[in-house]
Amino acid sequence: MNTKADINKTGLEQELAQHIITALNLDISSAEINPLAPLYGDEGLGIDSIDVLEISLMLTKQYGVQLRSDDENNAEIFASLRNLANHIQQHRTK
Amino acid sequence: MPVAQTMQAVPLLHRRHPDSIFAWQGGKAISAQRFLTDVLSLAEKLPANPYVLNLCADRYRFAVVFSAAMLRGQISLLPPNHTPDLINRLKQCYHGLYCVTDGANGPAALQTIIYPDLSGINLPKSAMPEIPASQVAAIVFTSGSTGDPMPNEKTWGAISRSVTVEAMRLGIFDRGDLTLLGTVPAQHMYGFESTVLIAMQGGVRLHAAKPFFPADISESLQEIPGPRALVTTPVHLRALITNKTALPKLELIVCATAPLSRELAVQAEELFGSPLQEIYGFTEAGQIASRRTAITDEWHTLEGLALHQKGETAYVSGGHVVGELPLNDITELHSETTFLLHGRTADLINIAGKRTSLASLNHQLNSIEGVKDGVFFMPEEKAGETSRLTAFVVAAELSGSEILSALRQRMDAIFLPRPLHIVDTLPRNSTGKLTRDSLEKLFQQCNKGQIK
Repeated sequence: MNTKADINKTGLEQELAQHIITALNLDISSAEINPLAPLYGDEGLGIDSIDVLEISLMLTKQYGVQLRSDDENNAEIFASLRNLANHIQQHRTK
Repeated sequence: MPVAQTMQAVPLLHRRHPDSIFAWQGGKAISAQRFLTDVLSLAEKLPANPYVLNLCADRYRFAVVFSAAMLRGQISLLPPNHTPDLINRLKQCYHGLYCVTDGANGPAALQTIIYPDLSGINLPKSAMPEIPASQVAAIVFTSGSTGDPMPNEKTWGAISRSVTVEAMRLGIFDRGDLTLLGTVPAQHMYGFESTVLIAMQGGVRLHAAKPFFPADISESLQEIPGPRALVTTPVHLRALITNKTALPKLELIVCATAPLSRELAVQAEELFGSPLQEIYGFTEAGQIASRRTAITDEWHTLEGLALHQKGETAYVSGGHVVGELPLNDITELHSETTFLLHGRTADLINIAGKRTSLASLNHQLNSIEGVKDGVFFMPEEKAGETSRLTAFVVAAELSGSEILSALRQRMDAIFLPRPLHIVDTLPRNSTGKLTRDSLEKLFQQCNKGQIK
């Protein structure tokens, strides 16, 4: 897990990190989530498909954002906390 | 009644008019004749290898590849996951294994064919091919205790009969107007039987899509005319309910892979206005029973099957089941054909429909260089939550992320421990055993932060 807190998060990124930790029941603090590290895979959070579904429910509830699996940007959206936050910024309805 | 097992050969599709709709793909109807043309054309393009790994995500293309391979006498392999490690093991045991995919590329270790564009090919109408009932059509794998996949051969006659009796139980047999949409991949037993084979042999229509998010499921249902049925899992049902997703009218919901609570079943029936049938099965036997979860806890075996008890274990036999197979769940028999399930036997792990055993996971964990001792632990399930595994590892020279990285090479991501705890020792008793109680205690200590 990346413990470097030297990359500053925006307000939305900070809030999103906290929502993800709650939704996935993760045993870390939001400071441990590097906003530039991948959410999927070996580094970073290592989330899987069930987690993605959990995150999608949280995004709908908190921000009114609906994810689609045929969205070709999905890999990019989940590439990092920052990308996910940008996606929310562009598509949020609440 | 069409009982496939007594027949010498079974047609590729259950009797239907060549011009009738067999599938929906991207909002377009595909006739039975078009399906047959695609199957026959693809069959000519496949290499002369005995085994195929069919990774097509589009369910229609999956059905075409499966059928074309079967016409060529080839066997489809359905492993529990597609990790590089497992693909390599399969390649060594099944010489000539190749892959067909509709993605950009296949596993690095395998000769791969990208699903070709067959739309320009037209063939004169021909009779529906018949395949010998005794031909092995697929090998479905479970993970054995040493991590080596355990093969289960499925003959065309047995899988045809299995989905025929399933369709009859669900009341949809020969319902040529009904389309089944699945949220589960065709590459695992449940999706293979209840979304692909059931369309081919049960005489219903197949929806090519594999929607994942609630909005996708809604959209895929809207792109086809009714009547519609949804084949799904508790995880997706919960997502649809939590999200209050609006869906077009459903005639039926089918659910399997993990136990469904009465509460969730009632909610789903109310919200979507259709009965929900839960299916119970396991890889070795395929599906064996069903129940209307909203109104009963009791399971009814599918036609032709019977259960009997030997000691603490219940066995199923008859019908599409070859021989006699033990159930991996604690079972209370009410009669030969009705029973209750009381949870899984301790070693078996099922997360979101993916199955493995603790013995297998422990074996993988302890095979990592630098791991001195280690054990996986499944905490008690909480209602409505998907329980995740945790692991306790003794490894002075490895970091948590190094261990996770090594595990990722060896197992499906869904089984990765969350969290992984590095500890000084495991609470082994005087005979070297780890009891569930001692692990539960360790789990509580770790949660309280007494051990990090």
